[in-house]
Amino acid sequence: MKRFLPMLLATTLIAGLQATAQNAVPEISFDSVANPLTLPDDIYLGEVGGVAANSRGEIFVYTRTGHPTVSLGSSRAFAHGGSRLFQFDRTGKFIREIGQESYGFMFAQQVRIDPQDNIWIVDQMSGYVMKLDPTGHVLMLLGRKPEAITVPAPAPRGGGGGGGRGGALPGAGNSSDVFNRPTDVAWDAAGNIFVADGIGNTRIAKFNSKGVFIKSWGSTGTGPGLFGSVLAIAVDAQGNVYAADGGNKRIQVFDNNGTFKTQYTNVGTPAALCITPGPNQFLYSSNSNPPEDIDVAGEIYKMKLDGTLVGKFGRAGKLPKEFGTVNSIDCRSETNLLVGEIGNMRVQKLTLH
Amino acid sequence: MKSFLACVSTIALLLGGSHAFAQQKATAQNVPEISYTSAPNFLKIPAGETLGEAVGVATNSKGHVFVYHRSANTRLWEFDKNGVFVKEIGKGYYGFEFAHSVRVDAQDNIWTVDEGTNTVTKFSPEGKFLMVLGRRPPAVDGAVATANGPNPPAQKYIFCRPTDVGWDPQGNIFVSDGYCNNRVVKFDKNGRFLAQAGSEKSGNGPGEFNLPHGLQVDGQGNVWVADRSNNRYQVLDNNLKPKTTYTNLGVGWTVCVSPGPHQYVFASNSNPNGNGPGTWDNTGEIYKLELDGTILGKFGHASKELGGFQVVHMMDCRNPNEIVVGEIESWRVQKLILQPAPAKPSNAR
Repeated sequence: MKRFLPMLLATTLIAGLQATAQNAVPEISFDSVANPLTLPDDIYLGEVGGVAANSRGEIFVYTRTGHPTVSLGSSRAFAHGGSRLFQFDRTGKFIREIGQESYGFMFAQQVRIDPQDNIWIVDQMSGYVMKLDPTGHVLMLLGRKPEAITVPAPAPRGGGGGGGRGGALPGAGNSSDVFNRPTDVAWDAAGNIFVADGIGNTRIAKFNSKGVFIKSWGSTGTGPGLFGSVLAIAVDAQGNVYAADGGNKRIQVFDNNGTFKTQYTNVGTPAALCITPGPNQFLYSSNSNPPEDIDVAGEIYKMKLDGTLVGKFGRAGKLPKEFGTVNSIDCRSETNLLVGEIGNMRVQKLTLH
Repeated sequence: MKSFLACVSTIALLLGGSHAFAQQKATAQNVPEISYTSAPNFLKIPAGETLGEAVGVATNSKGHVFVYHRSANTRLWEFDKNGVFVKEIGKGYYGFEFAHSVRVDAQDNIWTVDEGTNTVTKFSPEGKFLMVLGRRPPAVDGAVATANGPNPPAQKYIFCRPTDVGWDPQGNIFVSDGYCNNRVVKFDKNGRFLAQAGSEKSGNGPGEFNLPHGLQVDGQGNVWVADRSNNRYQVLDNNLKPKTTYTNLGVGWTVCVSPGPHQYVFASNSNPNGNGPGTWDNTGEIYKLELDGTILGKFGHASKELGGFQVVHMMDCRNPNEIVVGEIESWRVQKLILQPAPAKPSNAR
């Protein structure tokens, strides 16, 4: 306890200083391109879990839409549906849907495109991290969907809820590729795969490019290398891993083997990360507002990889240039971003000045 | 055990029934009957399609009719002014699960209120998504059993089975919310929270609600609320402060305010779900009022036949002489042509 107190004081002091620094963060002026996506009349985006562009500028949107469904079967209830993956050309014109009726598409969490233009899907409910080839066929799966879901008995109102999720398979957690509400995926230059297994579990799992499990680090806590939650992940050209520790309001940086290096605590609650490509890399981090409140937070930070704040832009709200719980950022171009929003069920294409 | 159960349910029926009868019968006296006809075969449903519970109905400035209904999936259909099917809107939309209300604003935007997803959605006149208020409970949180006990505290931007939406002349948005909150919420036109009346708790004082089930805003910005389980209508001012209460119109199921310089209010004392014995004698009529509460007349009655109603859930009154009604327990939408009101001003109260 004695040791803990001075630490706490120090933390408070640092937090105070950083809050001051935050006020001095320059505003980046920006515009939002009107109607960046053209949808057919019979297709509606729902909550946008993920948005990403490939090398040709084609845009992929993984969205919670349609009807999440529970079917009654032999002694059990089966859940399916609820999310769809759409592909648009670089002008935002709808091209096609990918993965109709997929067993793994339930609660869209993220889509990322790797350097070979493979499409990676992270589904928070089915627990899959799916690698699709550029044409949309499944190449590799990490994780497995729980066979059935639990339908709970009535609980007292306001009792916290969430008790009904039968998500985690027995044994889910460390040292396996079974995830519990995974949130994001990233790769290093060698093709190693990093999965943020980040809400039901609080860890990062590393696999080689063939999907062989290498290691896992992190558990619930507040110290270095521990997580409140891992809401997003990004890897820089040197192979360092940046984890959005939303639960602890910080970004943690690890080396390629998961050794803690440093942390950035002045960017609110990071919920979406993106690192630009090229020799001079930047990190974008969204201090996303909680879905139940648009009167707080919402801004996106631009940082150098060492944590130096370059600027910030935007705020929570429903208008263009406002954000409703950003869950995804694409920064293939440093000045032309795509952001996917949960609260506003849309994608915005931003031009930073 | 069996006899015990039967006994309990009988008592419940008796208690619930008598209680309901006593309060649902409107106390307004000497109300003139407005005669009307129901246009036969008003909506032409496309072959192979089925209309479900027609809980939401609204028209736009061109007379197009929007029907938000509960079929296998909840769906939103557009018909032209002659009742010819135009198109479906919102197919597969994430905010459609259990329809409750559809309304069309002054710019012809289409708004849906879905009590199965806790969302209020604004579509453009062409049916493109524009804005959503509220949030569907995440499926990843798991299957949800009906909770018991007190409602959790209401949150500014989260609805609990919302029921209806309206706008004042400035475009501010008003939402009645709902079955498991008991409040009316005001947002600005961009969806930012401004104020609320009521809370998650039900109550029967002024500005409190017990299942606010329908809502519309008049030209002065006053908010008319069908306070269903309190068997009354409440009128709030534009800042949601209570102004007036009407307790003489039976159950407050749903309300409609006609546009234009001389506005009328239509209020439905809908017959209750389940058609309990005797309910048809006491309920089912719709009242026409002035904005000051003066009753001009009434029309309609509970019946399964055309011209009668089976739980009117919503009315459109863009033309106060042509009322479009959607019913729950008959899967239909009727267009009622009202005859001119009686020449003599009524003294009904």
